[in-house]
Amino acid sequence: MGEFKVHRVRFFNYVPSGIRCVAYNNQSNRLAVSRTDGTVEIYNLSANYFQEKFFPGHESRATEALCWAQGQRLFSAGLNGEIIEYDLQALNIKYAMDAFGGPIWSMAASPSGSQLLVGCEDGSVKLFQIIPDKIQFERNFDRQKSRILSLSWHPSGTHIAAGSIDYISVFDVKSGSATHKMLVDRQYMGVSKRKCIIWGVAFLSDGTVISVDSAGKVQFWDSATGTLVKNHLIANADVQSIAVSDQEDSFVVGTAEGTVFHFQLVSVTSNSSEKQWVRTKPFQHHTHDVRTVAHSPTALISGGTDTHLVIRPLMEKVEVKNYDAALRKITFPHRRLISCSKKRQLLLFQFSHHLDLWRLGSTVATGKHGDTLPLSKDADHLLHLKTKGPENIICSCISPCGSWIAYSTASRFFLYRLNYEHDNISLQRVSKMPAFLRSALQILFSEDSTKLFVASNQGSLHIIQLLEGNFKHLHTFQPQSGTVESMCLLAVSPDGNWLAASGTSAGVHVYSVKRLKLHCTVPAYNFPVTALAIAPSTNNLVIAHSDQQIFEFSIPDKQYTEWSRTIQKQGFHHLWLQRDTPITHISFHPKRPMHILVHDAYMFCIIDKSLPLPNDKTLLYNPLPPTNESDVIRRRTAHAFKISKIYKPLLFMDLLDERTLVAVERPLGDIIAQLPPPIKKKKFGT
Amino acid sequence: MAALEEGFTLSVVPLGAGPGGLLGVEQSNKTDQFLITDSGRTVILYKVSDQKPLGSWSVKQGQIITCPAVCNFHTGEYIVVHDNKVLRLWNNEDVNLDKVFKATLSAEVYRIHSIQGTEPVVLFKEGAVRGLEALLAEPQQKIESVISAEEVIKWTKFFMVYRHPVLIFITEKHGNYSAYVQMFNSHILSKYTLLLGQEEKSVLQSFTASVDRKFISLMSLSSDGCIYETLIPIHPSDPDKNQRVVRSLLLKTVVTGNARNGVALTILDQDHIAVLGPPLPASKECLSIWNTKFQTVQTSKELPQGTSGQLWYYGENLFMLHGKFLTVIPYKCEVSSLAGALGKLKHSQDPGTHAMSHFVNWEISQECGLGSQNSEPSKRTLRRRKIEASVQPEVEASKQLLSTIKKDSEKHIEVELRKFLAIKRTPDFHTVIGDIVIGILGRCKTEPSFYPRNSLMQLIQTHVLSYSLCPGLMEVALEKMDVQMLQLCLQQFPDIPEAVTCACLKIFLCIGDDSLQEIDVNMESVSDYSDAVQDEQMEEQTELLQNGFNPEDDNCNNCDKEFNEKPQDTGEETTSCPVKPKKAALLNAVLRSAYSEAFLLPHLKDIPAQHITLFLQYLYFLYLKCSENATMTLPGTQPPTLNQIMDWICLLLDANFTVVVMIPEAKRLLLSLYKFVKSQICICSELNKIEVSFRELQKLNQEKNNRDLYSIEVLELF
Repeated sequence: MGEFKVHRVRFFNYVPSGIRCVAYNNQSNRLAVSRTDGTVEIYNLSANYFQEKFFPGHESRATEALCWAQGQRLFSAGLNGEIIEYDLQALNIKYAMDAFGGPIWSMAASPSGSQLLVGCEDGSVKLFQIIPDKIQFERNFDRQKSRILSLSWHPSGTHIAAGSIDYISVFDVKSGSATHKMLVDRQYMGVSKRKCIIWGVAFLSDGTVISVDSAGKVQFWDSATGTLVKNHLIANADVQSIAVSDQEDSFVVGTAEGTVFHFQLVSVTSNSSEKQWVRTKPFQHHTHDVRTVAHSPTALISGGTDTHLVIRPLMEKVEVKNYDAALRKITFPHRRLISCSKKRQLLLFQFSHHLDLWRLGSTVATGKHGDTLPLSKDADHLLHLKTKGPENIICSCISPCGSWIAYSTASRFFLYRLNYEHDNISLQRVSKMPAFLRSALQILFSEDSTKLFVASNQGSLHIIQLLEGNFKHLHTFQPQSGTVESMCLLAVSPDGNWLAASGTSAGVHVYSVKRLKLHCTVPAYNFPVTALAIAPSTNNLVIAHSDQQIFEFSIPDKQYTEWSRTIQKQGFHHLWLQRDTPITHISFHPKRPMHILVHDAYMFCIIDKSLPLPNDKTLLYNPLPPTNESDVIRRRTAHAFKISKIYKPLLFMDLLDERTLVAVERPLGDIIAQLPPPIKKKKFGT
Repeated sequence: MAALEEGFTLSVVPLGAGPGGLLGVEQSNKTDQFLITDSGRTVILYKVSDQKPLGSWSVKQGQIITCPAVCNFHTGEYIVVHDNKVLRLWNNEDVNLDKVFKATLSAEVYRIHSIQGTEPVVLFKEGAVRGLEALLAEPQQKIESVISAEEVIKWTKFFMVYRHPVLIFITEKHGNYSAYVQMFNSHILSKYTLLLGQEEKSVLQSFTASVDRKFISLMSLSSDGCIYETLIPIHPSDPDKNQRVVRSLLLKTVVTGNARNGVALTILDQDHIAVLGPPLPASKECLSIWNTKFQTVQTSKELPQGTSGQLWYYGENLFMLHGKFLTVIPYKCEVSSLAGALGKLKHSQDPGTHAMSHFVNWEISQECGLGSQNSEPSKRTLRRRKIEASVQPEVEASKQLLSTIKKDSEKHIEVELRKFLAIKRTPDFHTVIGDIVIGILGRCKTEPSFYPRNSLMQLIQTHVLSYSLCPGLMEVALEKMDVQMLQLCLQQFPDIPEAVTCACLKIFLCIGDDSLQEIDVNMESVSDYSDAVQDEQMEEQTELLQNGFNPEDDNCNNCDKEFNEKPQDTGEETTSCPVKPKKAALLNAVLRSAYSEAFLLPHLKDIPAQHITLFLQYLYFLYLKCSENATMTLPGTQPPTLNQIMDWICLLLDANFTVVVMIPEAKRLLLSLYKFVKSQICICSELNKIEVSFRELQKLNQEKNNRDLYSIEVLELF
């Protein structure tokens, strides 16, 4: 297949933010995840756990609570005291509303979904009515002494439980008055702690309130009498989160030691009707605090400071043993954070609040497979570009020629011109961006760096002509009438004639840049698109979906190519379909039109369309070089998928030229090294 | 965990309790009703849960009750003795004690004992014992004198042992105590002298006793504040001879010595005793619950108004005088166990239904709750249904087999069992097998001659049994001294209690080699140690000098010298096994079984000293064999590992060190063990040093990897 020089880059010191909240939506089987930097991500659990949407974070908007209400409406609340509703179509914030109670620590939607409850720093519990397109303040409940850290509705909607510091209150929703106040023991292993923080409460339909607290206890209370029924001491550190299944037959708690415990309601003896809560399974998938847990019908979901989102299926509820039954650990975003200028061999790294520009090194040496070549020039850090304002960067791009950088936050769009004079580099901001260019979800430069394509929210696509230090707005493709879906992925053909754009659910639209009109729409597919690219010369559009299918669509012919039909007919290899990270980037070999390079977080693959496809009996991944085999056998066993798993976790990979690859790795050990130290646990019984 | 609940006072009107306190608290034939006799003239019947008296009877002025009233459980009558010789019997309906049945006896009565299931017995001050019926038939019969003139009965208790009544009483004469055990079925009276040990001048202040199969465990609270335990055999080996029994210290200084008001103790259950008395010289009196196994106070309650130093325990209630009032403190002890902690201990066992085995299948009980939720029929549920369908015939077969077990001959059972085992196994196979074993054991208990050894062996070899599935099996095997079965159980069961393991060990150690000759023992774990592979032997280096460390150069020199001064043939010691191979195989089974040190230790103390030495010698021999080859393992399949050997040596020494240290023949063994430990410590410290150096190397290596943030590599795709 060929020999490559690989620039193996490990200096992209990206650290994902810790997970603060998760909220599971049973209706759409989606999971909302909020991170400590305010980012909110939406994962589609039905689409192979693909992160299909995200809302960029904001420095002052630390989310403390996240919940779904009225089916598909997503709300968050945070320490800035605001309740925020997200627009899941346009991918922006619908509105933010101050609750006027100081920082908000907790939020819960009523079982009917029509009311929203927030718990504030000043000890107030505020009830909001959810009305179409808005929420409306209804009233305050009896004010408590200290901040309300957790809230839970009784499934009938008549009572709520609120966890505070040192006590739990039970409120009657109708009157708004506290009916019971349950004091929690501060004692912790015989030592009286200063405070006992109720990190989470859950109200069950039989009136039981389950609380988890900073003393490591899981306690069961009878809300009718306000008495403690049962106490489980499960950790030496805080128990920070709790989530109950819809059937109320199991719940899950997460501790600051990184352990997740599963509790189940099981019969006291076999075939007796008396049931009891029993701690059944401990899971240790986290190294740091488990800040939040969720309980889907078939899985336990947990996330915390160590930035992993862990989805642990409950084996007894998984009906068919397929790849859904496997443990998922999602660490990296399912979108590209890196762009590359092939001509100047530059890499642009996107962080939440700055961009880094690096120039790759070079070597004159040659070697054989596996050699590390001596560097004649090391990689250079050229530029550190900090954003202005508190908003996180949504997307960024460097032009192929390396002389333009563009990035966008939620409210502003920035374009810079880079000038290279020998070893000096100067940066010049292009001012007076047009008003319509405020926020972009995706930015792309054409191959010759003369055009800039911007996918804004509200679904419109702008084409901008770039001149020396200036720009001109050429055209805007408006979304088809009736849709407001935002485009998240863009691809442009190397000849600059075609632009492909894909949203989160509808099909891929192909526009003609020459004639400035919609050329065709690729038929919609059930699973979201994870990567798009248009091949040089043939203008074939290659589309990767979250279910690991790859389609090739000929733009001039407006139909799927023969190769695509063949592979759909035969099907992909089962091991290919069982990969658990999506393809995030597709690129092409400049000299070999039959080759497609794709990569996910754990492998990259060069698909050679001229070779036969593998079937389920052939070995998909063969890392060993053929040694003494004759050429005939080699040719017989060769198939179209050449996979390499050398570089992982792989965040970006591209062909710089026909003999050079660039691979950006982010070893997990480096991320862990940058996290705060976890709670020390004794390993041995001393 | 034992706990005392909030107590309550029985009578608002103070009883006429003098400084001597009450005469007694006795159970009546109705639950929750107690007869309380004060030291004056009155007997009161109380209903404890209602906290009110149901009846009260007094003797005439001038008469005095000398023995606590008891209830005859056969007839429901109450019996009391006044003026030492006059016996009165009355019913609930009787009002005046003067008018009820009266019998005047020829000798003075000490106590009348009455317990459920047998007629009351009368103990006379002279030590003679009579059944009540026999006495009433002829009240003036002559009562012989059993104890000598100056002996005084201090304490007495009446037990049922296997439906046979047994009476024990303690006498004192000039500070010497004797225990008499009267068996009623055989009319044997045996006398034991209680030896007090070193603390000659101590006075025994209070007694309590419990009984198990073979022994009466007599606990006495001595005036030094310690509790001692004395084991008195129920069935004496030689009833005519005066035997001596020694006491052993059970709990140290539970109350202060020389307490003013007297102290009392009573056994609550196997592991708990209640002690009444001031814990410190200055403190108020206290009721404390002690756990004898862990030697800890579980709970205690202060009684500031003082007590009479008397304590009674019936059912779940502790009775005592607190100040002038009779106080009842309910006592509860929930068994704390892992299963209890997991919420799996409660068994809903109806006596009428078929008893469940003590085993809960986690998965099945879970299935009850969750199975119904999967409305969608899936492959998984279908498969389960199939299993359920196939379970039915098996249940039938097992029921049939159980009925066979109940009546047929051993031979027939064996044949039926073989047929049953040939059937395909189902998920609840182990519970079915457990039921079968319990069935067999049930018949074994009722029919002593019935012992279907082959069938039991076959059942054990199904590999599904565990100790908790058939709790009685090993007891039966222990009783029958069936070492082969015991070996098999030790090999198969993962959950044998330490007491049973230790009982097996005792049997294995004391069984004669000639009786082992005929028994077929699994010899897998023992290979012929005498010709152990010689070529693997490590070269014995006499002196090591590495890295500045010399193993000989330490304080051990003294003992070394001493050791070397006796030039004995060490070669002989290493090559000859102290036990015969068959015994070794049995001992290996014990070595390989699982245990928890804390629970094993107390039982190990019961092994006789010569057996301990033998076992230690064997263990040391195994250790030497282990260290002969480089891998530190023993030859053979499934031999005990070095760790198991070392743990057992430590345990044995921990449990019996004081004994072993006194035995001359063990001295050499201890010396060599001491030397060995020394050298081990040296090795460990050396290893620690090496570990630190290795860690530094590892750090260097990691740093090298980390620096590699950017590289250009060559990759060839094939």
